[in-house]
Amino acid sequence: MKVLVAVKRVVDYNVKVRVKADNSGVDLANVKMSMNPFCEIAVEEAVRLKEKGVATEIVAVAVGPTAAQEQLRTALALGADRAILVETAEELNSLAVAKALKAIVDKEQPQLVILGKQAIDSDNNQTGQMLAALTGYAQGTFASKVEVAGDKLNVTREIDGGLQTVSLNLPAIVTTDLRLNEPRYASLPNIMKAKKKPLETVTPDALGVSTASTTKTVKVEAPAARSAGIKVKSVAELVEKLKNEAKVI
Amino acid sequence: MTILVVAEHENGAVAPATLNTVAAAAKIGGDVHVLVAGQNVGGVAESAAKIAGVAKVLVADNAAYAHALPENVAPLIVELAKGYSHVLAPATTNGKNILPRVAALLDVDQISEIVSVESADTFKRPIYAGNAIATVQSSAAVKVITVRTTGFDAVAAEGGSAAVEAVAAAHDAGKSAFVNEELAKSDRPELTAAKIVVSGGRGMGNGDNFKHLYALADKLGAAVGASRAAVDAGFVPNDMQVGQTGKIVAPQLYIAVGISGAIQHLAGMKDSKVIVAINKDEEAPIFQVADYGLVADLFEAVPELEKLV
Repeated sequence: MKVLVAVKRVVDYNVKVRVKADNSGVDLANVKMSMNPFCEIAVEEAVRLKEKGVATEIVAVAVGPTAAQEQLRTALALGADRAILVETAEELNSLAVAKALKAIVDKEQPQLVILGKQAIDSDNNQTGQMLAALTGYAQGTFASKVEVAGDKLNVTREIDGGLQTVSLNLPAIVTTDLRLNEPRYASLPNIMKAKKKPLETVTPDALGVSTASTTKTVKVEAPAARSAGIKVKSVAELVEKLKNEAKVI
Repeated sequence: MTILVVAEHENGAVAPATLNTVAAAAKIGGDVHVLVAGQNVGGVAESAAKIAGVAKVLVADNAAYAHALPENVAPLIVELAKGYSHVLAPATTNGKNILPRVAALLDVDQISEIVSVESADTFKRPIYAGNAIATVQSSAAVKVITVRTTGFDAVAAEGGSAAVEAVAAAHDAGKSAFVNEELAKSDRPELTAAKIVVSGGRGMGNGDNFKHLYALADKLGAAVGASRAAVDAGFVPNDMQVGQTGKIVAPQLYIAVGISGAIQHLAGMKDSKVIVAINKDEEAPIFQVADYGLVADLFEAVPELEKLV
């Protein structure tokens, strides 16, 4: 089956972001950008499905700026066969991204679309579910295990109290959680090979996709800082403070 | 202005997260209606009708809504949503699963995990793992919102007397089926509802060593959590993870044991009232947010703490 994987270019998870002085957003000038960690898990899962002989072709898709080609090249180095960039300089909300992905799904007709459960910049946790709504496909979100069983997909999901397994009709949408797999690193020969793999660029306009949004960001602020307290010298002193000063036990 | 709150429920009872979500709805203002969707949920609807400040309870009792499959529940909410100014659900795994599907079907953006209500159309939400707080304004005809429960004090579970109205609509997309559920069985309180949380990190060394935390937690009546590092290392299951990619908690007392204090962990617990850190590395960033820090070997300090509390 053909598998589509969505990848997002985000600020690297090791970067401590700072809010801009004018409160218009966070300062992303000269910071390291990477593939969203949950998207790395999505790519890895697709590659494993191909190694098992379940997936026949992996198409990586990004919706973002020209520079998102870097993350697509990474996906190609990890094992995707070809890539599509829906190029836009605008910062799109999840719904607009889902609409762009829907247009690609219509064109490519994959049996399975794998996305990260959330991007670590906007922390929305929406795109996969929205794509499922727009395509009318079943969704297996926060997946910790994915198994193809005939024309169905069994997805084990991380839920608040433990795990839930659902059986989905294919085609289906899956979003990844942390424990689904441990992503590999791209080898140098594969990075070199990835440079020759096809990467197609389209625009939302050419796909006939509206990027209109019903939300605007008014301002972005630093969170209220929490100040450090005191160091206690012993467990006995700690218990005394918790009982008599903080009064929480 | 009327607001629809999608109730979270489990084992025939209204989940506490519903009460925080009703609180967020009350801040927006206007009438608050609660939707209870599920199978054999008459009792849940009766309880929901008693929640303070709820004007009406809609109950959609149908086999298709058992296990809250989003393919079936989202169309139900979409059908009801047209009469409402806002649709709110708690940002539980269930709410996060269903509500974006609702928003996309309504062709509106969803606003995720609000922590405060500025006005009926303006809300605050954390981004970048809590390193920034965005104020966002929605022009959507129906505002679809998930609520971070720790941002809102729960309303009283008793005191209301709302009318209960049955919803006939049955949506069965026939695209998905529930197979099974493995729920962690524990006598300890649920992480997000506990007054005290004891969490372990990579410093615990292995999963077996978590027994020290369980013993302390049982003495305190606490829930046990873990950092992402401890989950990634395979010490404990992911449902114990506290952090931006796990659960968000804000207990009265949070005891971080062997946790260095990565940004992503702090995002999940920094709203706790009192934070205690026990770590042998005195440079660990966790001490910068801790009210009480103890530089000590956790394998000596935790058993001693258990004896003294």
